[in-house]
Amino acid sequence: MQELKNRAIELLENGTVARVLGWKIGENTYDPEPAFFDSVEAMKDFVYNNFCAANLSKYMIEASKLEGKTLVCLKPCDSYSFNQLVSDHRVDREKAYIIGVGCKGKLSIEQIKKSGVKGILSVTDSDPIQVETLYGNKELPYTAGMLSRCFSCKGKEHVVYDELIGESAETSTVDRFDEVRRIEAMTPEEKFAFFQAELSKCIRCNACRNVCPACNCRKCVFDGNKFDSAQKANVDSFEEKMFHIIRAFHVAGRCTDCGECSRVCPQGIPLHLFNRKFIKDINTLYGEYQAGADPEAKGPLTSFTTEDAEPSIVSKGGIV
Amino acid sequence: MQRIGVFVCHCGSNIAATVDVKKVVEMVLLEPGVVHAEDYQYMCSEAGQAKIGAAIADKKLTGIVVCSCSPRMHEATFRKCAERYGLNPYMVEIANIREHCSWIHKDMQEATEKAVILARAAIAKVNLNAPLQAGESRVTKRALVIGGGIAGIQTALDIADAGYEVDIVEKTPSIGGRMSQLDKTFPTLDCSACILTPKMVDAAGHPNINIYTYSEVEKVSGFVGDFTVDIRKKARSVDATKCTGCGVCQEKCPSKKTPSEFNRGLGNRSAIYTPFAQAIPNVPVIDREACLKFKTGKCGVCEKVCQAGAIDYAQQDEIITEKYGAIVVATGFDTIKLDQYDEYAYNQSKDVITSLELERIMNAAGPTKGHLERLSDGKAPKEIVFVQCVGSRCSDDRGKPYCSKICCMYTAKHAMLIRDKYPDVNVTVFYIDVRTPGKNFDEFYRRAVEEYGVNYIKGQVGKVAPQPDGSLLVQASDLLDNKQIKMKADMVVLATAIEPNQGVRNIATMLTASIDTNNFLTEAHPKLRPVESPTAGVFLSGVCQGPKDIPETVAQAGAAAVKVIGLLAKDKLTTNPCTAKPDELLCNGCGNCAKVCPYGAITYEVRQVNDHGIREDRRLANVNSALCQGCGACTVTCPSGAMDLQGFSNRQLIAEVDAICR
Ligand SMILES: Cc1cc2nc3c(=O)[nH]c(=O)nc-3n(C[C@H](O)[C@H](O)[C@H](O)COP(=O)(O)OP(=O)(O)OC[C@H]3O[C@@H](n4cnc5c(N)ncnc54)[C@H](O)[C@@H]3O)c2cc1C
Ligand code: SF4
Ligand code: SF4
Ligand code: SF4
Ligand code: SF4
Ligand code: SF4
Repeated sequence: MQELKNRAIELLENGTVARVLGWKIGENTYDPEPAFFDSVEAMKDFVYNNFCAANLSKYMIEASKLEGKTLVCLKPCDSYSFNQLVSDHRVDREKAYIIGVGCKGKLSIEQIKKSGVKGILSVTDSDPIQVETLYGNKELPYTAGMLSRCFSCKGKEHVVYDELIGESAETSTVDRFDEVRRIEAMTPEEKFAFFQAELSKCIRCNACRNVCPACNCRKCVFDGNKFDSAQKANVDSFEEKMFHIIRAFHVAGRCTDCGECSRVCPQGIPLHLFNRKFIKDINTLYGEYQAGADPEAKGPLTSFTTEDAEPSIVSKGGIV
Repeated sequence: MQRIGVFVCHCGSNIAATVDVKKVVEMVLLEPGVVHAEDYQYMCSEAGQAKIGAAIADKKLTGIVVCSCSPRMHEATFRKCAERYGLNPYMVEIANIREHCSWIHKDMQEATEKAVILARAAIAKVNLNAPLQAGESRVTKRALVIGGGIAGIQTALDIADAGYEVDIVEKTPSIGGRMSQLDKTFPTLDCSACILTPKMVDAAGHPNINIYTYSEVEKVSGFVGDFTVDIRKKARSVDATKCTGCGVCQEKCPSKKTPSEFNRGLGNRSAIYTPFAQAIPNVPVIDREACLKFKTGKCGVCEKVCQAGAIDYAQQDEIITEKYGAIVVATGFDTIKLDQYDEYAYNQSKDVITSLELERIMNAAGPTKGHLERLSDGKAPKEIVFVQCVGSRCSDDRGKPYCSKICCMYTAKHAMLIRDKYPDVNVTVFYIDVRTPGKNFDEFYRRAVEEYGVNYIKGQVGKVAPQPDGSLLVQASDLLDNKQIKMKADMVVLATAIEPNQGVRNIATMLTASIDTNNFLTEAHPKLRPVESPTAGVFLSGVCQGPKDIPETVAQAGAAAVKVIGLLAKDKLTTNPCTAKPDELLCNGCGNCAKVCPYGAITYEVRQVNDHGIREDRRLANVNSALCQGCGACTVTCPSGAMDLQGFSNRQLIAEVDAICR
């Protein structure tokens, strides 16, 4: 952390970058927030700990419009999102100075709470996690507080960076498509019931959309009046399904599976599942493809070859 | 607000017998924007059109909906009509209450209800229509014919005679197609080569025809009037400008063991070869798979013997890029593989052959020099059995569901020719039905039976079993006499089903031309536009569109040529104004639309926009409306909904759906 901070200050001082995009210390260890730091003075609040889960790549859309370069700290998974934003022409690679930061799996206070700990006063981001509660001190294994996405991490390589700082540790223990297979095995009725139950919890706070690096339109179709689709309140459960299904299709082929949508959802809806299914189908139908791995790559959904799967295969209920 | 007139057509009784047209009139008058509605017997007639004209003037209509037949039928008619009476033609919408409604319903109440709903959808759309202006695009006065069989040759000759340049792309080393493999042809029994070769020579010598043999179409872009095509000219390894066609190389080539494609594998050819003596061009190709020079580096005999110095082992494939106004597909057919028909012992016995192989055997230039003989032992057969419908009219997936159409006639031809030349040979034909419609066709078949004594038995052959003595045991049923037949034969000829040539799928995909479940190319309308593909500027000629014999092929080839000539004769084409248009405030400049545009119509530029007071330089999509074909691929790819198709905007489509679901 100190090395990262020192290097960032150095780059600010020598004028390589005009500002730093990182995380700002919160009230507690567990609530750092994304923030821009435009002076050495401001850098006193800079933090990078194991709770810094937020993907900063999307902030580069605004940063790309500013004078000078922005130093951006990207975790390995964030680097895919960054590349995808570059290939969507929403982020300018030249405007970024990327420090690829190491990652040992990110922690989440929600996850810690879910493991049954109550009355939390403070937590550490260490392994094991030390928790101070109203009812005494507790020790939790690191994995008990880890985000579910980190168990199926794409790996600790950065696909784009200018320099690397910090160590990483392997965290992937499960096949990310296992969850998809579980749903594929359901009957259509069970699937419908599953998604209906999940999606009906949505309060249309828009957090998932706002955080998603693939949801990078200047004006979202749900905010405009062009299609009569603007709809903020949860008035009709059908509207919710429309919102999520349309959103899933809009990011299909560009979703890097960063897992931010599920992380930020206050209702705990496993939103990433929609696009994981798409990713699995894309892999089966068009060959392995990872959005953001290569910003120059042709996306399988926006390219055509005569070897492409026939529509008849796709319409027969997709590939399972 | 639009002022909409709705015109409900009876189409005689086609619509009015099932749809209560008066009720439709009454109901549509309640719709927003509708200021006029009437019904009439034939809206498309002059009187009907005059009614539309009168209403446009009297009621100051800004848009009209015609509830009638399919827009494929009369959309153009009503658009022209509107234009004549001063209304922008794109302010016309058709509600298809015939094909989509009256023809498929029996119950009047249901049909009427549906007709009202369909009208409502069209009205909802017109409410959002805006006048559009059609542009113009140029026409490249040159045609491409893919496939150099009789179909392709005839089409090319007809187009060339009208004064336009034509290129033929043929994938084998010579033009001629299947017809060059045939011996004599029904119904007149003239020799195939005698009528084909003069046409081949004409094509080769025609100043307007340019032939690329041993070549294939590799890439197609563009659209009607302005296609750009990449043609791969495969390396012949022989310089066509030097070769005199003497044939010494073929004679001297030591590698002579490659099965001849032209003789259907019944004989061999050398590594350097022309498929047949009358090949056009008369320039050999080296089959690099068989050539010793290419395989081992040693040999080089042909180079040594060639007086003209034409052999060029270093020749490379060449890509030729050319522009065309029209493309004709004439890729023809092949016979199906018989691997799944073990009961006929085709793979077990040399004496079980296909009809096409028999053509080669009977041909004087064929593997047996025209002598009818068994391929196993060279003996003259005494008993020949023909089996019809092998793989045709087949209900399981081993064969084809359709009738191959030519087999009844050529089998009668084969039977007759054999009986004529070898009167001592017994000929038996097993058939399901004999289908011989066509001028002089039934007479031809009856001659086989009555004059030539061919033994026709209605029934199917269940099994052909090779016997130890070299003969073939044929088990069949006689359906008329209701008995089982077992007979010995020396030779069995299978009238094998035909199918479109391999590779037609690829061609169809490149041309975005549609094909049916049997891989035959689909026509724009089965009755009224039989030689046009639904893709504008693409035409169909010969068996690639459906089974047919030579007279029909030639007739269709001429028809396709006329369509091409009609297109090339125009200097300009009016373009479809329903092109894509991005909303600059919504566009992300993400680049997805250009990736999916099949016509390369989209580019990007950085422009300043004023987004509600914020001035910003943004990367934005730009559509070249001269190139855009209105396919809509970009509109569905655009995540922000910035890209819209004029005349089919997202809003209009949603309004239609909403009107239907109301
Ligand atoms: C056994 C038999 C006997 C017959 N006897 C008679 C008869 O007596 N009388 C009669 O009227 N009809 C007869 N026919 C029917 C006749 O052969 C056809 O009607 C005729 O050949 C059709 O011509 P075509 O040009 O459409 O196809 P083809 O002759 O098949 O020509 C197609 C050409 O296109 C070329 N090609 C294919 N794919 C490509 C590609 N991708 N790129 C470039 N080139 C390509 C092929 O190499 C070929 O040269 C007989 C057919 C058979 C099988
Ligand atoms: S949909 Fe979810 S997982 Fe996919 S890119 Fe957006 S936030 Fe990440
Ligand atoms: S974050 Fe969750 S609750 Fe909020 S809009 Fe997305 S799915 Fe709905
Ligand atoms: S190099 Fe030899 S094998 Fe090859 S074509 Fe010439 S003569 Fe035949
Ligand atoms: S509609 Fe869009 S994708 Fe289709 S041709 Fe026009 S610009 Fe290209
Ligand atoms: S896809 Fe849509 S948002 Fe993207 S560049 Fe094209 S018009 Fe603009």
